[in-house]
Amino acid sequence: MKKIASYPDSLTEKHFHYCPGCTHGTVHRLIAEIMDELDIREETIGVAPVGCAVLAYEYFDCDMHEASHGRAPAVATGIKRVHPDKVVFTYQGDGDLASIGTAEIVHAANRGENITTVFINNAIYGMTGGQMAPTTLEGQKTTTSPYGRNLKEAGNPIKMTEMLSALDGPSYIARVSVHTPKHIRKAKKALKKAFQRQLDGRGFTLIEVLSTCPTNWGITPKDALNWLEEYMMPVYPLGDLKDIEEVE
Amino acid sequence: MHEEIIMAGFGGQGIMSIGQLLAYSGMIKGLDVSWMPSYGPEMRGGTANCTVIVSDSRIASPLTSKPDSVIVMNLPSQDKFSPKVKEGGLVVTNSSLIDKEVEREDLEVIKVPANEIANELGNTRVANMIMLGAYLARKEIIDLDTVKESLTSVLPERHHDLIPLNEKALDRGFELVNEEVTV
Amino acid sequence: MAERVLMKGNEAIGEAAIRAGCRYFFGYPITPQNDIPAYMSRELPKHDGVFLQAESEVAASNMVYGAAGSGARVLTSSSSPGISLKAEGLSYIAGAELPCVVVNIMRCGPGLGGIQPSQGDYFQATKGMAHGDFHLIVYAPSTVQELVDLTYKAFDTADRYRNPVMVLGDGMLGQMMEPVEFMEPLDPADLPKKEWATDGAKGRDTNVINSLALAPEELEAMNKKLENKYKKVKANEVMHEEYRMEDAEIAVVAYGTSARISIKAIDMARERGIKVGLIRPITLYPFPEKEVAATCDQIKKYLTVEMSTGQMIEDVRLAVNGRRPVEFFGRLGVVFEAEEVLERLIAMGGEIQ
Ligand SMILES: Cc1ncc(C[n+]2csc(CCOP(=O)(O)OP(=O)(O)O)c2C)c(N)n1
Ligand code: SF4
Ligand SMILES: [Mg+2]
Repeated sequence: MKKIASYPDSLTEKHFHYCPGCTHGTVHRLIAEIMDELDIREETIGVAPVGCAVLAYEYFDCDMHEASHGRAPAVATGIKRVHPDKVVFTYQGDGDLASIGTAEIVHAANRGENITTVFINNAIYGMTGGQMAPTTLEGQKTTTSPYGRNLKEAGNPIKMTEMLSALDGPSYIARVSVHTPKHIRKAKKALKKAFQRQLDGRGFTLIEVLSTCPTNWGITPKDALNWLEEYMMPVYPLGDLKDIEEVE
Repeated sequence: MHEEIIMAGFGGQGIMSIGQLLAYSGMIKGLDVSWMPSYGPEMRGGTANCTVIVSDSRIASPLTSKPDSVIVMNLPSQDKFSPKVKEGGLVVTNSSLIDKEVEREDLEVIKVPANEIANELGNTRVANMIMLGAYLARKEIIDLDTVKESLTSVLPERHHDLIPLNEKALDRGFELVNEEVTV
Repeated sequence: MAERVLMKGNEAIGEAAIRAGCRYFFGYPITPQNDIPAYMSRELPKHDGVFLQAESEVAASNMVYGAAGSGARVLTSSSSPGISLKAEGLSYIAGAELPCVVVNIMRCGPGLGGIQPSQGDYFQATKGMAHGDFHLIVYAPSTVQELVDLTYKAFDTADRYRNPVMVLGDGMLGQMMEPVEFMEPLDPADLPKKEWATDGAKGRDTNVINSLALAPEELEAMNKKLENKYKKVKANEVMHEEYRMEDAEIAVVAYGTSARISIKAIDMARERGIKVGLIRPITLYPFPEKEVAATCDQIKKYLTVEMSTGQMIEDVRLAVNGRRPVEFFGRLGVVFEAEEVLERLIAMGGEIQ
């Protein structure tokens, strides 16, 4: 327990720029704790997305590589092929991974690329000021769905994690949340398992984390936690979606 | 007449709105106007500022490096923008949140306890209008009535119930300066 | 006279497009042009139009390809990194000779760069948008009113030449508010029918939208046809403006936001007795080559002012063709101030004396 309360070595001293109540910071901390616990800080190369976590390279105290919007899995592939013995992870938002970067994530997963992807689903584009994401819920108002997301015109909330689970490449895929301490503990377990799988050379792993964006949802941080539980969780059920020890 | 103003404060203090209100009022009066916001990524807690130019001739650059006046609502803004004001120019400062003196002898400084007056009026959020009212009392580039009339066009509809309060706030700021001058 | 409204540059573009009869918008969010898709998502449904947020800029530009081939007036907008991704679609659109309008509200690159205003995409817009021998027609507005007028005009020009037209602004123009007057809206139903469009071959021969030409002669003919079109564009579409050029000895050449800042600097320089004027290209392709060249007898020195490290200066030099020195002033990332341009003009004025 003592370890959790202390400040992870794998985080820099830099102050997060995230809004009050944003769960990006929570997930950063979990990843850093895992790097500490697995003692892989000096073995890890992270790939930062274009999204609110664009400055992730300022926070993770490991080697970091910036990618263009959505292409992190391709960049990570390049890194991993040069350094197959290193731990490589991508950290991506829902616009980054589930919209502009769909091709890259599908093919990295399908190749069973031995990397770990942390996928932050906050049902919106945070960085650019609250546009509709592919994960935006039905009826949810955003700056580009001002009358609420209309499924006939904008399609359904996309379930990337389920989609990717249908592929043969991935070794471990799960959806977690970080809106309560209990869920945070479970999220950490899943993330750690994913990194361990990579260390064991078992192939592609992805953890989707349901996350909040109080700023662009236009509600308080506390209401955001409730909103996540009440509206996001029914559409994006938590749990392990794919878990195979050996990828043939 | 050619007036270049920078308005600055915390995000959420309504800086952009008073800038737009002034620009809109100038337009109603048949003047050329421009409103230029600072813009940054969606990261909170930063400062916001905008440049408003009101002129009776064509505005060339919408930017200014030497404003005639600044309206500053927090200390970082005062520190940043008061050194830029034209010699002999005007600083309208929010004395509720800033207790530091402006470090220039040549400037005219109007101290407005905007948050206190706004609280008296029952809503901190109209502190911006008090600042604008005070500015308009000193710089009569546009009459107060035109500015009040412009509120309906500039404020989003969901805030229209607050128009009387905003008008009162403009008046209070305006009166504050006029009283000071006559006392 | 039409009513003046105070409007943000980005939103004004959206309104001008709707008034030009555009009912289709395909785009993807990116700062600093997000007000355009936001405006279109709010307003197009009121006109029975379609707003669609694409999954990427690549997809958006290909949606535009499809909609343009189907005969519609169609708009897409983005900012620098997103425009790079639209390049694919634009090459096909130009190759298939389709009309569309694309807005680039430039920010500073390269790579992810930053979101501050910039003019670093001049080369891309005028010369190197994508593979193949094609050009966009490029408008460079410098006020919100001009954003409106040129966006409106862009749809006409695109239809007349069956070529993509770009409206090239920057973060400052997109974000700023100025009073504007709008033209009367046009009803898309009143626009002439595009006989070449794919709208179903009922009662006519089939139409094919295509840029493929496998036979060498056919390929050459296709490119010749484009070449002839660009000759016509060059002959007929050049637009520029001059300011205080009557007795000028120094000419600033600048477009868009840089031109506005330069005007302020020119006025200040004139107060100091320096004889300086401005040549402002309004079309960047076609570049006002003859118009610049025509000033060579009068002008002793040129100063190109850009928010870049120097791109348009190459076109200015080509136009001047060695007859006069052409200097450069520019900054990027940071928007320069009129005083900085003035300082340069004072130095140049001194040298001339
Ligand atoms: C090619 C390209 N298109 C668009 C953008 C603008 N952009 C930056 S972040 C972003 C979306 C961010 O949303 P998400 O991935 O969900 O991350 P969040 O901010 O919500 O964490 C977009 C569209 C860009 N930088 N590059
Ligand atoms: S905008 Fe949303 S996602 Fe981005 S830092 Fe703020 S709360 Fe987090
Ligand atoms: Mg997101």
